[in-house]
Amino acid sequence: MNQPASAYFIEERHDPNETHTLAVLVQNEPGVLARVIGLFSGRGYNIESLTVSETEAQKHLSRITIVTTGTPMVIAQIKNQLDRMIPVYQVVDMTQTRRSIERELAMVKVRGQGEHRVEALRLADAFRARVIDATTESFVFEITGNTDKINQYIDLMRPLGLVEVSRTGVAAIGRGPEGM
Amino acid sequence: MSDKSHDPNQMTGAAMIVRALIDHGVTDIFGYPGGAVLPIYDEIFQQSEVQHILVRHEQGAGHAAEGYARSTGKPGVALVTSGPGATNMVTPLTDALMDSIPLVCISGQVPTHLIGNDAFQECDTVGITRPCTKHNWLVRDVNDLAKVLHEAFYVATTGRPGPVLVDVPKDVQFATGTYHPPRKSDVHRSYAPRVKGDATQIRKAVALLANAKRPVIYSGGGVINSGPEATKLLRELVEVTGFPITSTLMGLGAYPASGKNWLGMLGMHGTYEANMSMHDCDVMLCVGARFDDRITGRVDAFSPGSKKIHIDIDPSSINKNIRVDVPIIGDCGNILGDILQVFKAEAKKPDIKAWWQQIAQWRARNSLYFKKSNDVILPQHAIQSLFEATRGRDTYITTEVGQHQMWAAQFYGFEEPHRWMTSGGLGTMGYGLPAAVGVQVAHPDSLVIDIAGDASVQMTMQEMSTAVQYELPIKIFILNNQYMGMVRQWQQLLHGNRLSHSYSEAMPDFVKLAEAYGGVGFQVHKPGDLDGAIQEMISVKRPVLFDCRVASLENCFPMIPSGKAHNEMLLPEQANDEATAKAFAGGKALV
Ligand SMILES: Cc1ncc(C[n+]2csc(CCOP(=O)(O)OP(=O)(O)O)c2C)c(N)n1
Ligand SMILES: [Mg+2]
Repeated sequence: MNQPASAYFIEERHDPNETHTLAVLVQNEPGVLARVIGLFSGRGYNIESLTVSETEAQKHLSRITIVTTGTPMVIAQIKNQLDRMIPVYQVVDMTQTRRSIERELAMVKVRGQGEHRVEALRLADAFRARVIDATTESFVFEITGNTDKINQYIDLMRPLGLVEVSRTGVAAIGRGPEGM
Repeated sequence: MSDKSHDPNQMTGAAMIVRALIDHGVTDIFGYPGGAVLPIYDEIFQQSEVQHILVRHEQGAGHAAEGYARSTGKPGVALVTSGPGATNMVTPLTDALMDSIPLVCISGQVPTHLIGNDAFQECDTVGITRPCTKHNWLVRDVNDLAKVLHEAFYVATTGRPGPVLVDVPKDVQFATGTYHPPRKSDVHRSYAPRVKGDATQIRKAVALLANAKRPVIYSGGGVINSGPEATKLLRELVEVTGFPITSTLMGLGAYPASGKNWLGMLGMHGTYEANMSMHDCDVMLCVGARFDDRITGRVDAFSPGSKKIHIDIDPSSINKNIRVDVPIIGDCGNILGDILQVFKAEAKKPDIKAWWQQIAQWRARNSLYFKKSNDVILPQHAIQSLFEATRGRDTYITTEVGQHQMWAAQFYGFEEPHRWMTSGGLGTMGYGLPAAVGVQVAHPDSLVIDIAGDASVQMTMQEMSTAVQYELPIKIFILNNQYMGMVRQWQQLLHGNRLSHSYSEAMPDFVKLAEAYGGVGFQVHKPGDLDGAIQEMISVKRPVLFDCRVASLENCFPMIPSGKAHNEMLLPEQANDEATAKAFAGGKALV
């Protein structure tokens, strides 16, 4: 191994990356999101998607859903690093449970005429996307589903006159009667 | 109806701060005033329970508080103003975070209505210090202040200790509200560090230890942080098992350097026997250490044949750098106690005679060898002399960062915990002098010595003035090699000996400097004068700058070259130019 002159031991890691969805239950207080995001940027972790909202107002609880990628060791680190933050109650690896449902919502604006317009509507129907705004030359579709489905839908809209996309990011919940 | 004006818990925010300090047993704080903390300084002026030490730079307050904390096991407290006061605290906060030192910093902030307006001396203190504290708070309502202050002390001192910061706008300091003494509900319900180790994991660990043929115990700063009980139990475990023990830079003193099972420090500048034992062991017990990159060397060649047990209070330390077989999360005092109990009940001392024989062979390589000279003081010799002269005394050692720090770790024998204060994780030059100030405040009658480098000591030299003001007789023992020695060593070994900006040009006259501050200066050149001068230094009851002129081009060995494993150490007797070049091959060409 050819090492540059360095005080650090530079090493390549070859473990394959995995994508995980983490649900993080936090105290809803000023700065909590900055802490979580700062952890990811400061330690060089990836954020593919991030969704935040207060989920239990009386208890001041918020739920942050993060989709991230990394080697199994890095994913474990991320969970532990999140868990030790003072306002974090719980971190659940939704991917590891293998029993979670993931959804996101997208609004997709498509502009076009004639055959393209008809095709867009036909595809929307197949994907159960709803029309929530229309003009004589455009539609805004609302679509929910997992990330793959939405990506696929957007790809199909591209040649039909895709103008703009707004996505919520992923929300996830476990199947069955138990809470997290 | 109660009359609020007669309620003793009604007070201003500034008064609450002083009150909270008293309620948490704080007797000394380190600080520097400014506009945004004047109400707090006004309260400090009107009481005598908390002594305030005025430093000369806020960084000094932070390191002094760190030294205070590490030498007592109590939290250190610093008080700074907004803006530049707060930004000057960033280095000590980061230092304390890296080394898990309990620190409570209270900073003033501009009044709440001005926050966000780029007001005079405003900065986003909680934003800036978020990544360098364990937690921080901006208090916008005086009625939240008591709760936050109590939580701050709790968070700083429990679990894995660390620095916290409470930012208090000036209007909150002036406002009147209700104080309450510390109570459990002050703390986030989401914060509950695990202290008790898992019983199944403890049994697994004991099974490994009991059947070990080539065991090693690798202990760290966590043992010291855990408190005297952990140190006692660690020593007992070594006794009961008969295992060899090494430690990180941070862990020195938990096991006595004079103990018969002591291998010396491990890591980049650790001893040959410590590193070889780590490399060849079959069972490794890591207690309160974190497999830092200065310890492991090349990660993929780290102790390849061993089963690893890792005790740590912070789950995020587990499997961060090195995958371990038996992680045990919790307080190492607790867990060592449990391990001992199970071991004593169910196991007996394994026969590891062959392993000790192997270790004896490594020891015989004498990896800390250096050649004394009659003409020039070798830095290693200076530390040895200092050690001999202070042995058996009530002594505390701090250091700066560089070669002198490594030599101090190698050649000064620590017998007890809390006696050794050094910047390990962050490697902060300028740590040692203010840390010595803090240590001396906590231990007024002890001998406190900063083993310093000529470059480092100039970074926080102004705190000499603090030492003089408060009659703190700290001894600044400068191993003056006229270089940033550690930088020069790396340049020699890795950058073709092009000594780019590592010479200490325009060195001040440290004797005159000491005198200018109102302290005492010494300068020694000759090995023959060293012992006498050290004795004199010790007997002086005033702050001292001791300019110990040492060999300027001495290198710090042994050393694990970058990218190499524990068994590829470079030993001093092999460190001729050719071997050095070979050891560092793959790097840039060497002279
Ligand atoms: C604040 C800071 N800046 C830079 C460094 C990089 N650095 C590490 S050791 C060193 C040289 C220290 O020189 P000196 O204090 O004379 O100690 P010596 O190595 O000569 O014993 C430097 C510049 C550091 N550790 N800290
Ligand atoms: Mg030097």
